[in-house]
Amino acid sequence: MIERNQKPLPRIDEVNRPYWEAAKRHELFLQRCQECDHYRYPPGEICPSCLSDRLEWAKTSGRGTVYTWTVFHQLYHPAFEKEIPYAVVAVELDEGPKLLTNLVDCKVEAIKIGMPVEVIFDDVTEEITLPRFRPVSQSV
Amino acid sequence: MSLKDSCAIVGLGYTDQGKVPGRSGMSFYLEATRNALDDSSLDIRDIDGLIIQPCPTDRSVTAFTLAEELGINLRYGADQQLQGASACAIIQHAAMAVDAGLCNYCLCAFADTSRSAPQGIVYQVAWGTGAAYGMFGVAASYALIARRYMHEYGITNQQFAEVAVTFRKHASLNPIAQMRNPITIDDYHNSRWIVEPLHLLDCCLVSDGGRALIVTSAERSRSLKQPPVYVMGMGQGHPFEDPMRRSTLTVTGAAESGKKAFAMAGITPEDVDVCAIYDSFTFVVPMQLEDLGFCSKGEGGAFVEGSRIALGGELPINTSGGLLSEAYIQGWVGPHEAVSQLRGDCGERQVPGAEIALVTSSGGVLSTHTTLILRK
Repeated sequence: MIERNQKPLPRIDEVNRPYWEAAKRHELFLQRCQECDHYRYPPGEICPSCLSDRLEWAKTSGRGTVYTWTVFHQLYHPAFEKEIPYAVVAVELDEGPKLLTNLVDCKVEAIKIGMPVEVIFDDVTEEITLPRFRPVSQSV
Repeated sequence: MSLKDSCAIVGLGYTDQGKVPGRSGMSFYLEATRNALDDSSLDIRDIDGLIIQPCPTDRSVTAFTLAEELGINLRYGADQQLQGASACAIIQHAAMAVDAGLCNYCLCAFADTSRSAPQGIVYQVAWGTGAAYGMFGVAASYALIARRYMHEYGITNQQFAEVAVTFRKHASLNPIAQMRNPITIDDYHNSRWIVEPLHLLDCCLVSDGGRALIVTSAERSRSLKQPPVYVMGMGQGHPFEDPMRRSTLTVTGAAESGKKAFAMAGITPEDVDVCAIYDSFTFVVPMQLEDLGFCSKGEGGAFVEGSRIALGGELPINTSGGLLSEAYIQGWVGPHEAVSQLRGDCGERQVPGAEIALVTSSGGVLSTHTTLILRK
C-alpha cells in the first residue's frame, strides 16, 4: 500500500469533485448538458457543444471500447517501476467522451483497438478511487 | 489585400546548440540576436519590433526584458505562445505587423535550455489525471496518436524508420547538427522502446540553443546584405489542445493551415522544391504530408519510402536533419533551414535550384499548427 500511495493522485477541485465522489461510490458519472444531452469529459464549466451552463452529473453505462493505447517502457516515475511495461489506454465511452485509464485482467499483448470494455473501481487510497476498465467477455 | 510577398526574412541567427550547459535562456536570445543582425547587416537600432516565443526554462525573458537588454525601445512587441507552432506563427505575426506599418524591422526569437536545465526536462512532466494511471511525458501522448494512425491507415514502424534514417543522413551533412552519425533501418528497430509504438529513434532530440530571425518589408529587404526570402503564404489550424477531446487523432492542423498557405501563395504542392516539416516524432511527417496534400490520406507511409524525401529525391524534407537529428529548438529549426536553402547556402546538402520551400511548425500534441510558404 505504501508504494501504491506514492503514485500521483488526481487533484480534486470544485469542478471535478462530483466525478471523484461518484468513483468512490463505484459509479462513473460524467457531466451531461441539460439543453443538448452532450456528455463532456474532463469536467468543465459549460457544454462545448451548445455553450449552455446547465450541466448536470449523470451516471454513465460504464461501457465503451478501446480507442487507442500505448505501452510504457521508459520509466518516468519511480512508483511505476515494477509495472513496466504497462499500458495506458484511451477508452471511448458509449456516451462519447474518451478517458485515459488502464485495463485490468488483460495482458498488454491482448489489447486491441475496438475491444469492448467495462469500468471497474480500484480503491487506491481511502479518499481516491480510480476508474479502470476490463474486457467485456465476448459471450455477454 | 493579401500579405503574399509583402515581407521577407532577411537575417538568420544561430547559437551553439545541443548540450550547452551553464547558459541562461537570455544568453541564447542575445547570441541569436547578435548573429541575426550580423547576417542581415542591420544595426540593433534598426530593430523596432520584437516578438518572442517564451523560453520553456526561463520565464523571466519577455519581449520587453529582452528589448531592455538589447537597449532598444520597441514600437511593437509581443510574447506569443503556440508552443512548437510558435515559430511560423511569429513569422506570420511579424509580417502582419510590418505590412500594417506598425514596425519596420521585426526581430523574432526563441531559446530553450531544456537539455541542461537544472529542473530537468520539461517535456517529461505529468499531465493532469493521467499521471495516476502512469501517463507521463509528451512522447506518450504522441504514441496514442501513432497507434491510432497505424490502426486506421496501416502505416508501419518500417515506414517510421525511413523517416529517421533519412533525416539522420541529412544531419551527417550538417556541421551544426547534434546527431551526425548515420543510422540504419536495423538501428531504428533495435533502438529501445520508449512508449510503444515509438522507439527511441522515433523521438526528436532535446536541446539547448536559440534562434533569431528578422522580418522586414519586401522593399526594405532588397537593400540588405542577404538575398531576400519572401513570405509567400501562411496559415494556421488548431485542433483541440487535448488529443482525447478531438473527433479524430489522424488529421493534423496542417489540413487547415496548409490550405490557407497554399491559397495565399497561389501554388500547389507540386510547386514546392524543399520542405521543413515539424518532426517532433517520425510519424507526424507522413501525417502532415497527407494533410498538406502532397499525397492522399493514408498514403503518407508509402510516400516517405524509397528515398523520395531524401536529398536527391523528388521532395527533399528536413535537409538539416530536422528536430530528429539536427536539434530541437522547437519550431525554429525549419524556417532557418528553409531560408538557407532558398539562399543557396546549404553546401553539401543544398537542393539544386530550390525556389519554393514549405515550412510547418506544430505545438503541444499536434494541438496547434502553422504553415509558411517561402520563395527566393
